[in-house]
Amino acid sequence: MHFDTIAAISTPMGEGAIAIVRISGEYAWEIADRIFQSPAAKPLCEQPSHTIHYGHLHDPATAEVVEEVMVSIMKGPKTFTREDIVEINCHGGITSVNRVLELVLTEGARLAEPGEFTKRAFLNGRIDLSQAEAVMDLIRAKTDKAMSVALNQMEGKLSHLIGDLRTALLETLAQVEVNIDYPEYDDVEEVTIPLMVEKGEWVRDEIDQLLRTSSQGKILREGLSTVIVGRPNVGKSSLLNSLVQENKAIVTDIAGTTRDIIEEYVNVRGVPLRLVDTAGIRETEDIVERIGVERSRQVLKEADLILLMVNSSEPLTDEDERLFEAVAGMDMLVIVNKTDLPAKIDLEHVYEMAGKDRVITTSILQEQGIAELEEAIASLFFEGSLESGDLSYVSNARHIALLKQARHTIEDAVQAAKAGVPIDMIQIDVTRTWEILGEIIGDTVQDSLLNELFSKFCLGK
Amino acid sequence: MPQFEAGTFDCIVIGAGHAGAEAAYAAAKMGASTVVLTMNLDMIAFMPCNPSLGGPAKGIVVREIDALGGVMAKVIDKTHIQMRMLNTGKGPAVRALRAQADKVLYQQEMKRILEEQPNLTLRQAVVERLIVEDGEVKGVVTQIGAIFRAKTVIITTGTFLRGEVIIGDLKYSSGPNNQMPSIKLADHLKELGLQTVRFKTGTPPRINSNTIDYSKTEIQPGDDVPRSFSYETTEFIMDQLPCWLTYTTPETHEIINENLHLSPMYSGMIKGKGPSYCPSIEDKIVRFADKSRHQIFLEPEGRNTREVYVQGLSTSLPEHVQHRLIASVPGLEKAEMMRAGYAIEYDSVIATQLWPTLETKKIKNLYTAGQINGTSGYEEAAAQGLMAGINAACNVLGKDEVVLDRSEAYIGVLVDDLVTKGTSEPYRLLTSRAEYRLLLRHDNADMRLTEIGYQNGMISEERYESFVAKKAQIDAEIEHLRKVSVKPTEEIQAIIAEAGGTALREPMKAADLLKRPEMKYSELCTVVPPLEEITDEVAEQVEIFIKYEGYIEKAMQQVERMKKMENKRIPENIDYDAISGIAKEAKANLKAVQPLSIAQASRISGVNPSDIAILLVYIEQGKIAKVSG
Repeated sequence: MHFDTIAAISTPMGEGAIAIVRISGEYAWEIADRIFQSPAAKPLCEQPSHTIHYGHLHDPATAEVVEEVMVSIMKGPKTFTREDIVEINCHGGITSVNRVLELVLTEGARLAEPGEFTKRAFLNGRIDLSQAEAVMDLIRAKTDKAMSVALNQMEGKLSHLIGDLRTALLETLAQVEVNIDYPEYDDVEEVTIPLMVEKGEWVRDEIDQLLRTSSQGKILREGLSTVIVGRPNVGKSSLLNSLVQENKAIVTDIAGTTRDIIEEYVNVRGVPLRLVDTAGIRETEDIVERIGVERSRQVLKEADLILLMVNSSEPLTDEDERLFEAVAGMDMLVIVNKTDLPAKIDLEHVYEMAGKDRVITTSILQEQGIAELEEAIASLFFEGSLESGDLSYVSNARHIALLKQARHTIEDAVQAAKAGVPIDMIQIDVTRTWEILGEIIGDTVQDSLLNELFSKFCLGK
Repeated sequence: MPQFEAGTFDCIVIGAGHAGAEAAYAAAKMGASTVVLTMNLDMIAFMPCNPSLGGPAKGIVVREIDALGGVMAKVIDKTHIQMRMLNTGKGPAVRALRAQADKVLYQQEMKRILEEQPNLTLRQAVVERLIVEDGEVKGVVTQIGAIFRAKTVIITTGTFLRGEVIIGDLKYSSGPNNQMPSIKLADHLKELGLQTVRFKTGTPPRINSNTIDYSKTEIQPGDDVPRSFSYETTEFIMDQLPCWLTYTTPETHEIINENLHLSPMYSGMIKGKGPSYCPSIEDKIVRFADKSRHQIFLEPEGRNTREVYVQGLSTSLPEHVQHRLIASVPGLEKAEMMRAGYAIEYDSVIATQLWPTLETKKIKNLYTAGQINGTSGYEEAAAQGLMAGINAACNVLGKDEVVLDRSEAYIGVLVDDLVTKGTSEPYRLLTSRAEYRLLLRHDNADMRLTEIGYQNGMISEERYESFVAKKAQIDAEIEHLRKVSVKPTEEIQAIIAEAGGTALREPMKAADLLKRPEMKYSELCTVVPPLEEITDEVAEQVEIFIKYEGYIEKAMQQVERMKKMENKRIPENIDYDAISGIAKEAKANLKAVQPLSIAQASRISGVNPSDIAILLVYIEQGKIAKVSG
């Protein structure tokens, strides 16, 4: 059989000492070779099959080291799918494993559909015939499920934005096609190189913007940026230490980051948290006082999640109220700490300001309420819109990979246009970009172009 | 009517238009004894619409017909009044040649070629019935009772099946240009169970050249360099006639708007679906009301006639309105109309009833080709005729069928689109229908298809040898440029500066230098002379291949991916009803089209990737079962 190369995270989502990204297909070894560097410096393709290798993954685009890994390489047909397989063993935790998956997808693998490895094992004749029915059910089930997930996402802002980009590309393409197929007609303005460059750059910049602002994408890459705020001595450092100790911080050695702005990465129930500006919290205790209201508002504004701590054993102060004001409308959880002491706080008032389900009572000192806090963070993150965390990550990684591919092809088109390559060559990359963007929102109707052609332009004798 | 035996052949071709002529020529050339039955021998390869061949996609089809050994290219090379290369300002993938034909000379030349072709009999006759036994065609019966028997029959009846001409509120039974329509055969095909659909097309009025004031129009001359469609042509016509360009006026648009109620298009008289790429002038004015003018091209119909084709004014408005329309166009104020424009409705066979060889699924050894299959255009017709002729001959001679791939030829795209997707309106080839248009170029048609033509006896030994030599020369020269380094000499720096590029800092492979968009091979040649003297055609191939190598490679990879699915065959007697999980609509369409490969199945409308996955599983399951059983 002959399929494209697929990849997926093969270990359960969430915590774990290691996670495995599996790649299967004709180009599995090749893809691994492009991102893997071992101390032996010998490419994997030259290594014997069914061996395991230590080394680092790096991003070919930035040359940045991404992960420390063990890589197993297996040549088909003596593998699970009977195809060439690579299994990348990386650190557990969603940030690192997603980063690895993302890298593999960017290098040309396609994200495997649920059950696809099994399906291939079957199609390639490895699995017994009796399982055929089950596999078919799986395919059908997958489609329906994937469809509903896709539909959920379709309603999102992303699909609107992508729809706009595609419309712009389609209009340009239709115009180019008319220029080509009806060269003697003056009805349609000739698409010039400067116009092509302009359109291409606009699409590229929009994709960049999407990649930057796509919040989930950012979270996957960078973690959920989280700020702990509260008055002095409310227990911020204890909370931090507690989160870090419980969830073994992910130490990053990403080139270019310095120790002062390094944030603590923790993995809370599968949610990657990046605890921002922790140094500040540790040293001066009071972020509001130290950097002034304006600056603190800025820090708060950039955060994905705010943990606002108040002291249960004291009534709310003006300063507390000011903090509540500052974070109004943001994604936040209120932590009412020090429940080991007699309560003097007006809890009802806190509920009023934050919403009851956003308020957690803890005693960090006595290690109480931490599990509830973690639960709340996780449910906030996985909140409702997607069926499971698994799928949401998966489709996000897919979006990011496709957006990157789209960016790559449109950049090729722009560069070619600038270099004076003829329009019919440039069109190839523009069409490809349009198709890739279509894959994100599940629209790959090929006839759209012809329809556009004939509905928009007056053609023919 | 008493019947009588009129002869036995390998192949009968019904009709001698552009499809029929090409089909008969190919079948006879391959060695099948062939008879062409046509209603009117004076109408062989008649052009009832534009006196023109080629243009984007279509021009490349003419080149492909030539590379496969067909005749269209040779005939137009001998009988054109002008040729122009289009899209020269764009890249090589979309360049296309177009010729204006002398339509009378074109017919005469085609008739001569058919008359001189061994194995080929021309006969004027009106076919009314097919002889079909046990689902297999055995011959035909004509109006006067003549029985022609044959192993294969190709129907190429164009727009004749139940043809009806419409002008204003006048509607009468007729083929194009007042030829006799084919009504009994149309009824008979329905009886045989072939499903048909009603299509419509149209043509503009013709006017007398002597009555045109050309001073009010713009001249459109042919190219002043020798051009030809055929790779075998050595004599070029340099004495060319120009075309002329003028425009509709606000008055034209007013006349149309005032008389729209008289148009059969809008009165509901015409039911057939017309081609959206070839709208009538009524359509243009209504649908694109904001456009203040439309182009009108004046095309001479030949050297020995004053008739001029008014391209852009296709209409079925009443004749008296057509007179006023013409007079409203600058230069045509006093023009005499010689023939009125008209619309024609006709039956066409739903093409999904055909195998990719153009043989009908319902009746064995029966082929249909050309406009009867729902296409429009002489080139599309000729291409199908050629493929049907070749396949009928292969069938008779026991050779492997010839089905061109979408990555191999526009003809492959055309046939696959027709038999896989069918068409809801008259189908025209467009470059945008081809997913690999960079591979399907005007310049490399011979590289793509000569081998296939040769394998089927359509290409002479002599031509094949020169093709092989050309190919070897191209390969050698590409290799040469890849090996040779260009040193930063003053000479090359001057050439680079002249072209507006950046100077060389260190030696560079000649091929890499040529990849720079501003560099031309003709200039590079002065520094890196070719291994041996090469023709312009070879130079062109070398230059395109090196310059666009990156793009070509990308396209080739795409083709490779598709080929894998193309090679995945679907068993002939597959029972789609027995496969659970395939969506209803997909199932119905799969049953109708009966795709031969997974790739073809995936192109059928309404068939989704999940259906394909299930189909794959099912097929593999069957295979494994067979092995284990």
